[in-house]
Amino acid sequence: MDVVVMARILFGSSLGFHIIYATIGVGLPIMIILAEVMYWITKDEHYALMAKRWTKGFAILLAVSIASGTIVAVLLSLLFPNFMEIVGQVISLPFQLEIFAFLIEAVFMSIYLYAADRLPQGLRVLSITLVAMGATASAILITDVHAWMNTPAGFDISENGTITNVNVWEAFFNPSFGVTAIHVTLSAYMTVAFLVASVAAIRLMKSHLSLEERSYHKKALMIALYFGAAMSLGTAINGHETAQMLHEENPRKLAAAEGLFETTRYAGLSIGGYTSAEDEEVKYALEIPNALSFLAGDRFDTEVIGLNEYPEELWPPLYVHILFNVMVGIGTLLLVFSFAALFWKHVLRREFPGWMLALLVVSGPLAVIAIEAGWCFSCIGRQPWTINDVLPTEEAATRSGSVGILLVSFLTLYVVLLFVTGFVMRYYFKRNPVEKDLAAGNS
Amino acid sequence: MEPSILAITILWTLLFIYAMLGSLDFGAGFWGMIYGKNDRTSASQIANRFLSPTWEVTNVFFVIFVVALVSFFPFATTMLGSLLLIPVGLGLLLLTIRTTFMVFASHADKYRDVLIITSGITGLIIPALLVSMLPITLGGFVEIVDDYPRLLYAELIAHPTLYMHIAFGLSTELFISAVFLMDYSKEAEDWSAYQTYRKHALWLGPVSIIIAVLTIETMPSEASWFVNTVKDGPLWFGLSMFFFLLGYGLLYLKGKDGRKGRARPAVVFIIIQYGIAIYAYGTAHLPYLIYPDLTIGDTFTNDTVFYKLLIVYAGGFAILVPAFILFWKLFLKDQRYLKQE
Repeated sequence: MDVVVMARILFGSSLGFHIIYATIGVGLPIMIILAEVMYWITKDEHYALMAKRWTKGFAILLAVSIASGTIVAVLLSLLFPNFMEIVGQVISLPFQLEIFAFLIEAVFMSIYLYAADRLPQGLRVLSITLVAMGATASAILITDVHAWMNTPAGFDISENGTITNVNVWEAFFNPSFGVTAIHVTLSAYMTVAFLVASVAAIRLMKSHLSLEERSYHKKALMIALYFGAAMSLGTAINGHETAQMLHEENPRKLAAAEGLFETTRYAGLSIGGYTSAEDEEVKYALEIPNALSFLAGDRFDTEVIGLNEYPEELWPPLYVHILFNVMVGIGTLLLVFSFAALFWKHVLRREFPGWMLALLVVSGPLAVIAIEAGWCFSCIGRQPWTINDVLPTEEAATRSGSVGILLVSFLTLYVVLLFVTGFVMRYYFKRNPVEKDLAAGNS
Repeated sequence: MEPSILAITILWTLLFIYAMLGSLDFGAGFWGMIYGKNDRTSASQIANRFLSPTWEVTNVFFVIFVVALVSFFPFATTMLGSLLLIPVGLGLLLLTIRTTFMVFASHADKYRDVLIITSGITGLIIPALLVSMLPITLGGFVEIVDDYPRLLYAELIAHPTLYMHIAFGLSTELFISAVFLMDYSKEAEDWSAYQTYRKHALWLGPVSIIIAVLTIETMPSEASWFVNTVKDGPLWFGLSMFFFLLGYGLLYLKGKDGRKGRARPAVVFIIIQYGIAIYAYGTAHLPYLIYPDLTIGDTFTNDTVFYKLLIVYAGGFAILVPAFILFWKLFLKDQRYLKQE
């Protein structure tokens, strides 16, 4: 295999592995704050217990998140040194800031984990709030660099690669930063909400629960559903803005996402199917007339750029259409799920039937698939560039012959760690079930 | 001061902080493993009590160092990335195993032993890998073919200086962590652990110094530019030695309570000893990052970005100082934490 391809697979799989844990690391502290706040308001011990148990889970996952984050941070320089050479001259600021956000998160996480019982309630909530702020700030700052790769700004580059006229703030506030940062943050919150809902739904499907356990899991499920519904709505609105940003800043990517070849007004939106380069269309798709034009510019006669405006070697792989559809499809589905569940609960005032709980069980894994698809879409959709229109991936990557051996070892590590983390989580929570904690609280 | 000199000074300070924190972190992991099954001393509990809340912060300093290196000296990434791909990649792999298993160990009692041993042993290999990068920078182990640098693995593995560097790194790590944990045990008034760590500090001190001196003697002939600078300016290394003797001597001095060893001042002097030694080493290494191909001047970023980064550093650490003080009070001072069962 080609070294560049191997470097991309290694980095892509590292990132794909890391974002599962990183997303949870960004979202779970918010859920813990919500539980702490509910406890503060209602004085219901269940919420205190919820915060405690989520924190335990968070501590286990955080270890993997920090370790894999370290891998990603260092591998980036090892595998794409020429890319980092430009980053170091233009956009190192967010990386550097991110470290401090991360440091705040690490310090206060230790405090919240190991000193919670020695802190007054106010300081305890402040600690977890700082953890959440540190985590979210980290995510936003890293996303800034990603956004800059999609819409580079704040420098000039000459034929031979010399960088001049660096403007740090122009690079920092590059055109896609705002929407992309909001997109990543909201979708991370949303994913964690559905993961929590999944776990609660699994528990509620068991038949032999005591009344108190049932009540505990219902409360957890409701927090998750409210938060999940709000975040999916936010993500949907922001997703629309993201599409419009692509239309303005990165039309090639939008064209690939939608499988649009000819530049046209009144462009239709293709849902599903796959993009065929020979036939220059999306096959087996459901087409909604004029919808793409409307989404891109809020008018049916908006002109949308097609792939044929670009030489074929600058096209991203056409399968990004599928990734894009998976992301948007799942996002829409979860939006419907969560609002339907809230409607059921509050308007119909009925208990959740088994089939609805079953749907909620799959909502968490689906959300994870959606963010994976979203990241893959954003990075693969930028190809063949690492920095859009500036640095081709071919030139960004290392030439070292030893990437192969690392690829094999890291892939093995990730598979093993996925299993081991799952195993440790199961082991820990089996040994410390809710009923035990509830009984301890009542005695 | 030249901006690039300022940059390398900051980088070197970060290296110093990580060297100290890393020594405590990996050292504590090692001692925790060694005394895990021993009922006569609580050395293992003390080590783990220190490790639980601190490892995340230590880990962040590793990332800070790497990010600072590529941010300050972006033109060094191509060469460093290609040369260090395998050693650093391997280090990351082990670091991940070490970190995750260490945390898993406290959540899965049944598998505690195997998890602790795995993380303890990897905790010993990682610092060995990290110090093995020092000889690479001295010259003689890099070959440039078609404009592309390659590490001469065979030469490196066959050269005694690699093993002396590793021995130096490990003995230093264990010495620093033993002295520190001695002080930590004293703070917790845990005297069995205190005696254990004092015992190890006493033999590790001289051993680490002897190995350090021998390591310089084994450096390859290509490194004569470095060795000569070290030998021409013995002042700083002499001063470092002076602080070692001071700190080491304090291990024998009786404290107010009649116990042998003044742990707190000993720790302080030994940190000063390594601080001076690391800066002396760094100064002798200038202007090269890697001899003779990479100098700090050639690889430095532009001034615009550099000064922005400086502001970030100043602001970031200013915000974090109160957090670190709170952290210190909760985990290194609070008797309720130190003495828990």
